[in-house]
Amino acid sequence: MIIDFIINIAYLIGALAFVWGLRLLSSPDTARRGNTVAGAGMVIAIVAAIGQPIEGASNNYLWIIGAIVIGAIVGLVSAKKVQMTAMPQMVSIFNGLGGACAVVLAYAELVPYYSGIKELDMAGLIIILLALLIGGISFTGSMLAFAKLQGLVWDSTITLPRHDIVNMVLLLITLGMGGYLVASGVEGGLLMGSVFMVLALIYGFSFVAPIGGADMPVVISLLNSFTGLSAAVTGLIYGSQFMLVGGILVGASGTILTVLMCEAMNRSLMNVLIGGFGGGGTSGKGADGEQVAKEVTLNDAAIQLFYSQSAIIVPGYGLAVAQAQKVCKEVDELLEKNGVDVRYAIHPVAGRMPGHMNVLLAEADVPYPKLLDLEEANDALKNTDMVVIVGANDVVNPAAEDDPGSPIHGMPVLKVWDAKNVIVLKRSMRPGYAGIENPLFFHEKTRMLFGDAKDTLSNLASEIKNL
Amino acid sequence: MDTFIQFFNDESNLLLIYLLLFTIILGFEVISKVPTVLHTPLMSGANAISGVVIIGAILLIRQSEPDDYLTLGLGFLGVILGMVNVAGGFAVTDRMLEMFKKKK
Repeated sequence: MIIDFIINIAYLIGALAFVWGLRLLSSPDTARRGNTVAGAGMVIAIVAAIGQPIEGASNNYLWIIGAIVIGAIVGLVSAKKVQMTAMPQMVSIFNGLGGACAVVLAYAELVPYYSGIKELDMAGLIIILLALLIGGISFTGSMLAFAKLQGLVWDSTITLPRHDIVNMVLLLITLGMGGYLVASGVEGGLLMGSVFMVLALIYGFSFVAPIGGADMPVVISLLNSFTGLSAAVTGLIYGSQFMLVGGILVGASGTILTVLMCEAMNRSLMNVLIGGFGGGGTSGKGADGEQVAKEVTLNDAAIQLFYSQSAIIVPGYGLAVAQAQKVCKEVDELLEKNGVDVRYAIHPVAGRMPGHMNVLLAEADVPYPKLLDLEEANDALKNTDMVVIVGANDVVNPAAEDDPGSPIHGMPVLKVWDAKNVIVLKRSMRPGYAGIENPLFFHEKTRMLFGDAKDTLSNLASEIKNL
Repeated sequence: MDTFIQFFNDESNLLLIYLLLFTIILGFEVISKVPTVLHTPLMSGANAISGVVIIGAILLIRQSEPDDYLTLGLGFLGVILGMVNVAGGFAVTDRMLEMFKKKK
């Protein structure tokens, strides 16, 4: 009696800790505490789940403890080892594991149901199938997202012609199968139930297949919200309000991020999911061959930067690829010593997951008040002497503003051309992920500095030191 | 339709629906004003929270017969998956947030 009371209170505290932790997570000063609070909530709940009295249960504690120890070791070690540049991959994997767990649990409910050991009403069956579906999509989707981020697969190798139609058909078949299972109840059989699970897993894979590159932040956020939902639905299976609350909170957070990312690209979620940029056949007018990008020498670039009043650095995915965040900070420090006001302009979809650039710059010890979001940056750019673009492309494309024929027309971009001078660090003249020409490179204010971002920045740093 | 109405009229289901709706609203309220700076830690922290599925896996193992190796195996796998998500998620978020410092 009293033990039930304690367990219930423990779950309640755990759920409140989640809410409170997430609340704290939304401000940089309290975020770390928020994470700890949420983690404590989880520990309390796990202890409660182990201690909660279950009539006639054989407990099998050894199995539980063994699995917890293995999981904790694997989780902690990989969390400690992962490089900050590989954070999107890590987040994707962890996310997929949550989905996989939901699939496993739902399947474990199907087995006794179809062998007649356990009875379920229609609502119960629907809930289990939902957990299989959402969890399955989140699992294989996240794994594919990981493989893409890691550079293991390329979009073109796994995308079929008219992939949007393939996806639609696959989804309809999967849903139809689910409908059949619900309608036929226990007659459906474990085999059909397993087929449904496999279909969900295939759909998750296929659904992420056409989405790549710059759209990655959207799909990662969306998968995050799916995992949350699958956890919530699994909570319904076990009648656990605690799981329901935790899952829904994650679902809400993932949904908000998805919406923010879509807004930042001025595209609908549908448009992103169908595979956006490549599909429509729209081509920007681009640059005709006669336009020539003007280069600048390292020495000139160093002098211009060193004697400017203010500089804004615009990082993009190229910064992450080249692992150039620390050298970038070094240049920043050298300039600050000469009284240059250095800040960073962060586009919401720069990089491969929401907030990717912020994490990288934080790793390089750049204090976060120096990071400007889109609106702040566009105000600040008007009074800025020098802009340095490091590995960003589409997010600084003026075609988004003034070329109605461009596929990214209408996307909010950083108006770097409002500043006095722009230096673009770039590997080559190749267009960015979206394959769209960037007229910025031919702009009268723009000078190009070709080469690997990290090498160029460290050469720039030594030039500045020599001044 | 009848099943649906019955489901809705059931007192405990109704409470669950209330909980669901209010949690959704609460979630959106709590998280809606996250600054861009924190998008990644928020996502990875939330991600760790989605490891709550581990609770289900623990309950599954506990309720299983000691010789029902299929259920035990599935539960074992579930706990491992959930625990990697939980432990890894919170640890990696902490590592990231440690770097977010305010300096003059």
